[in-house]
Amino acid sequence: MGKPEFVYITYIATSPEKLWNALLDPKLTAQYWQHENVSDWKAGSKWEHRAFDEARSLRLVGRVIESQPPRRLVLTWAYPGDTAPEEKHSRVTFDLEPAGDTVRLTVTHENFQLESDMFDRIRNGWPKVLSSLKSLLETGRALPKLW
Amino acid sequence: MREMDDVFKALASPARRRLLDALRAHNGLTLRELCTHLDMTRQAVTQHLERLEQANLVATVRRGREKLHYLNPVPIHAIYERWIRKYDRKPLEALRDLKRLLEGEDDG
Repeated sequence: MGKPEFVYITYIATSPEKLWNALLDPKLTAQYWQHENVSDWKAGSKWEHRAFDEARSLRLVGRVIESQPPRRLVLTWAYPGDTAPEEKHSRVTFDLEPAGDTVRLTVTHENFQLESDMFDRIRNGWPKVLSSLKSLLETGRALPKLW
Repeated sequence: MREMDDVFKALASPARRRLLDALRAHNGLTLRELCTHLDMTRQAVTQHLERLEQANLVATVRRGREKLHYLNPVPIHAIYERWIRKYDRKPLEALRDLKRLLEGEDDG
């Protein structure tokens, strides 16, 4: 893999355990992401990212590559119809490090394929999701109407 | 509010805004690469990068022996949410478009 395409950092006044849980719990992701993250989160398992609506339509799929609670989570990240082999799917790493009274969350997104339109969507998406996550954990309120 | 103070102070410098623009155009540059994109001494770029990292506007990762620099827009998004999105953004977008049209694209 070459160099990452995107690296995002946010400091959130919470504990690593609470932040870890907020990344994985479908009820919490539905609040701040307006999508549900669904998996048993074991290394090797599949994970799904579903719209939080009646249809629960599938938005993203992937596999859990690495899971070290509450420090590091690595996922592959692809559109449901993507027929490319898994090693060509993009990859997201969440690193959680305590920093004083806060947790430093680093999101690294890499291994994009040039022909994918995921790149532009990602560029706009992560800052919203991370701001909303921070807002939910620090104030109890996620940001409204993300998408 | 320390966080926001750091962001506004970091953005108050035209040189640092240019540096962020360089990263927006080419994310993941090394210090050496950044220097070739900007007409600044290595020492000046290093100092500006420190301020930007402190304000969390630049994120860095190590890949082998290289340190790569990324534009981190998350704190700016927080400012946007707090000061702009709450209000109606449509009239603001219309004003921005008008300004761009009249002044040219780059309003630095």
